[in-house]
Amino acid sequence: MLQLAWLLLAFPAAGALINTFLGSRFSKPTIGWIASGTVAASFVVSLGLLLGLLGLPGEERVITLPLWDWITIGDFRAPTALLIDPLSVTMALVVTGVGALIHVYAIGYMFDDERFQRFFVYLNFFVFAMLILVMSDNFLGMYVGWEGVGLASYLLIGFWFDKRDDTYGYYADAGKKAFLVNRVGDFGMALAIMILWTSLGSVTFLDVFQAAPASLSSGVATAIALLLLLAATGKSAQIPLYVWLPDAMAGPTPVSALIHAATMVTAGIYMIARTHVLWELGPSAANLAAWIGGLTALMAASIALVQVDLKKILAYSTISQLGYMVMGVGVGAYAFGIFHLITHAFFKALLFLAAGNVMHGLHGELDIRKMGGLREKMPTTYRLFLIGALALAGFPLMSGFFSKDGILLNVFGHSPLLYAIGLFTALLTAVYSFRAVFVPFWGQPRDKHLHEHAHESPPIMTRPLWVLAILAIVGGVLNLPFVLTLERWLEPAVGEPSFHPSLALEVSLLLVSAVVALAGIYLAYARYVKEIGWARRLQNALGPLQPLVEHKYYVDEFYDAAIVQPLKALARWFAEVFDPGIIDGSVHLIGRANLAAGERLRRLHNGLVPTYALSIFVGVVVLVMYLVFG
Amino acid sequence: MVPLSWYLILAAFLFTCGLFGALARRNAIAVLMGIELMLNAANINLVAFWRYSGAVTDLAGQVFALFIIAVAAAEAAVGLALIIAVYRKRKTVNVEELDLLAG
Amino acid sequence: MNIAALTANLHVILPEMVLAAFALLVILADMLRQDEEESRLLPLLTLAGILAAMAATAWIWNRPVASYQEGAIADGFALGARTVILVAAGLATLLSMGYLPRINRQMGEYYALVLLATLGMTMMASATDLIVLFLALEIFSLALYILSGYYRKNPRSTEASMKYFLLGAFASSFFVYGAALLYGAAGTTQLREIGNLLASDHGNPNLLWPGIALLLVGFGFKVSLVPFHMWTPDVYQGAPTPVTAFMSAGTKTAAFAAFVRVLMEALPAQQIQWGWALAVLAVLTMTVGNLTALRQLSLKRMLAYSSVANAGYILVALVPGTAQGSKAALFYLLTYAFMNVGALAVVITLEKIDELDALQNRAAGLADRWPLLALAMSIFMLSLSGIPPLAGFFGKFFVFQAAVEGGWTWLAVVGVLNSAISAYYYLRVMVAMYFHEAEEPVQPRRWGGLSLSLALTALATVIIGLYPSLWTGFLSGLGG
Repeated sequence: MLQLAWLLLAFPAAGALINTFLGSRFSKPTIGWIASGTVAASFVVSLGLLLGLLGLPGEERVITLPLWDWITIGDFRAPTALLIDPLSVTMALVVTGVGALIHVYAIGYMFDDERFQRFFVYLNFFVFAMLILVMSDNFLGMYVGWEGVGLASYLLIGFWFDKRDDTYGYYADAGKKAFLVNRVGDFGMALAIMILWTSLGSVTFLDVFQAAPASLSSGVATAIALLLLLAATGKSAQIPLYVWLPDAMAGPTPVSALIHAATMVTAGIYMIARTHVLWELGPSAANLAAWIGGLTALMAASIALVQVDLKKILAYSTISQLGYMVMGVGVGAYAFGIFHLITHAFFKALLFLAAGNVMHGLHGELDIRKMGGLREKMPTTYRLFLIGALALAGFPLMSGFFSKDGILLNVFGHSPLLYAIGLFTALLTAVYSFRAVFVPFWGQPRDKHLHEHAHESPPIMTRPLWVLAILAIVGGVLNLPFVLTLERWLEPAVGEPSFHPSLALEVSLLLVSAVVALAGIYLAYARYVKEIGWARRLQNALGPLQPLVEHKYYVDEFYDAAIVQPLKALARWFAEVFDPGIIDGSVHLIGRANLAAGERLRRLHNGLVPTYALSIFVGVVVLVMYLVFG
Repeated sequence: MVPLSWYLILAAFLFTCGLFGALARRNAIAVLMGIELMLNAANINLVAFWRYSGAVTDLAGQVFALFIIAVAAAEAAVGLALIIAVYRKRKTVNVEELDLLAG
Repeated sequence: MNIAALTANLHVILPEMVLAAFALLVILADMLRQDEEESRLLPLLTLAGILAAMAATAWIWNRPVASYQEGAIADGFALGARTVILVAAGLATLLSMGYLPRINRQMGEYYALVLLATLGMTMMASATDLIVLFLALEIFSLALYILSGYYRKNPRSTEASMKYFLLGAFASSFFVYGAALLYGAAGTTQLREIGNLLASDHGNPNLLWPGIALLLVGFGFKVSLVPFHMWTPDVYQGAPTPVTAFMSAGTKTAAFAAFVRVLMEALPAQQIQWGWALAVLAVLTMTVGNLTALRQLSLKRMLAYSSVANAGYILVALVPGTAQGSKAALFYLLTYAFMNVGALAVVITLEKIDELDALQNRAAGLADRWPLLALAMSIFMLSLSGIPPLAGFFGKFFVFQAAVEGGWTWLAVVGVLNSAISAYYYLRVMVAMYFHEAEEPVQPRRWGGLSLSLALTALATVIIGLYPSLWTGFLSGLGG
């Protein structure tokens, strides 16, 4: 069974090739089903690998499957080989499982698009590259996949390259921005690989991890980990390189769901978990990762509070949730980071696709201020979105609840302050996710015309979502507290957990998380569904504040002034000053400075032989001076 | 016999003259002449080095100089032909007026 | 010296003899031909000559390393460089087939000069003596001066050739003066003996250091290092594009091969000094090349500045003065020959013949009408920007690896940052092809040789990326 693992990669590659060369002869459904079928076939192969691994005793569950010798130069070897272990198989299951569902959904969503064929070729290519990323047994192969998914992401963000609007400018530019920002991270990875090779003489994961503890000084390990962290901040959209992800929403919604929520952006988390040996040798880098993750989570969640574009809310939410994952793997809770990655893939893909249905039903409108009362028009989509939002908000017993709590528990053991940040972010998460439920779906229609033309999506665009919805509800069983199936399963790949909380701590933090999630949902309810007796409910919930609540306006104003306004101001500062001014600004500044320098240098080449000869002469003088007197 | 350094100084002087011509003149033919002077300076060096090295059988310096003379001749032939080709089209041999290609 | 000594190891220069014989054959055939139609045979004859020279190279490969008259050597490095040069010449010939009749009807001289230039280049790559090196340099330089002005009726072409000539001759005179000083310092013109003498510290420093500096200038000009690079964009733009393709790959390979040999055989003891000088030149070259390329609208000028930047990357491999660095440089030259000649072949399909150039907007919307052509160009652009798993990635990888292992990590970092900048202008071409609408309908030009060379270069770029061991395994078995 395990010998057939190469089929995992072969299927999507075959799909992309078939559709490239024969696609123009096929009908649209054929193209779509070929693409979806190949990914589904890969999913079946991953299931086979899962069964194959389960049949082996725990310590034998790390298998290298060599395919062919890729590069051999002197003693430098980089074979093409697959690493089959619990981590890679888990990732392959998520990528192909969620991927197959999104492929099916896209058949409906993209049906009227003129570049339908091209879309599915890109999508299959993406799955292929992503599988290379997670299945490679060495850094170089991972790097190839890393660049491959970057290319696919670039092509798909700019898929509607001829479109232009006020939100994104030219859509093609959004793709370029993503690509360029990601390149900054990629070079971190390239350098890390070179340092690894020079200090250890191998780029194969297993060799590196075996040799690293003995022959890598902590300084070098930290340097490598920092470079890898740079790579992760690019791909997984963390401070300071997250700026590309909100713009990436210019791509078609299935792309946002697959690449920019469920799979590609989690590559950084996978990579950190995969290289955990290096991070354990350089703990200061791991600590930095945890803080970057925590702060990204907080900042992005606060920005999500004030966004009015449904997809952008989800985009900032993705950044924030990725922050949680990075925080998790940063504090050494690798299994929980991966756990949250999985549940997030379920519910965030669900949310994006449901948002896609809204967009589809409203002819491309995404501004939640123009929606309202969509519950009656799109009952199925509403239910799906609600399930996704519940899971995202960490509603007790939903999948997101367990995975987020697991991360927070481990963060508590690392740093209580970071835990507080994470907990506060969880509150914000619940608020913004239910704002995204209440404002578009509840209340009265705000735009009559839009409301009248709203319609539910066809079954092909709702059925795959039910699968995701069920997974979003029950996904938590993968790793229930005290059972910890996933954690044990991943042990051969990411090592044993370092933090062992007491039972009392675990239970109390679980309760705190539940309370925070419910409180957040309630806050959103009170704030955005005002017509249902806001004062009385606040009174019930916030007993001690009763005297103030009687002065309804007074409390409202206080609430507004003390919580909403500062929060909004903070969010706005992040959204309007920090984000575009400082982060975008510095990115643009570097770009512009380069262009300006290029322009000056260009003018220097004025076409005149005397100038050119003089330039040579200056070079001669400087070289002679240096070599004779230097 | 005069010391070697005299020859070297003569060659350096000739080279500088040629360099000045190549850098300062605007007429392509004058630039070419400057370059020829620079090549000849190298020849003086080569022959002087050979003469003072005391090696009688190893003729490398002389042979090198002979080859340079031949190459200089070929260079002049090609160069003058190119200058004529430019002149036919543009009616000028001023290198400062050759500015179609720039930037 | 008797006949036996003259003919000993004559096989070392067999490829050059073959090339010379075919150059004469081409001229002869041109004189004997009856009508215009028969001149179509000339490029085929040229190709036959290049293939014969390749066969000769392959034949030498299986024989022990030998040297002819201490002037030329047939070691692994020289043979590898020869192969790259012959590949570039072959591709350039294919590109010339349909191009030449539109610019100049006199084909005999053109192909003879291509063969002679190739001869000079392969000779330079195998030279082990300053005299041979200089002669080879001049042989191909003189041929290229004429070739770049071959579109005689076009003022841009003649201007390019004149600039190339004046500046090239100017740089050559520095080179010769440097060689003369080095001869004075060491008392010999043979590279290895110079190295032996200088290692035991016999050189006169007053002659040695200016000599080295002036030699660096000569090489710097030929491989386009900043600040000796300024001719490059003008000549690349004004020369007929097949000549540009030939120059960019062939000259670079020949000059770098000789450069490596001079540094490694004659001057290894001075590595500390020239290492730093080259490092600074490399940083300047990469940075100026890439930054200037950012502002180019012409595809040919963009590729010219990119060629400058690429010279900088290759120079990075030379800085540590290690054998690993030399091999990395040679590998880079191989990949560069394919991807750059390929990119220029795409330019040929798009160019306006009277401008001898294609502006970037000519590529707009190419993907919709000529998807295969756009795909080929994308492969070249992605490879040039160093994206795996294409050939260019491994070129950069080995070069920077050589720098890191030689203890020049900072230089590798500068190189990596530079290739990040370069991604911007390479990608811009792809954006134009895939994301922009065509402004005017461009009917790409096609002929058999052009399509063949496009297919060969694109395939090679992909295959070397997938199996770099093909070439590296080939090289690592050989000395030098």
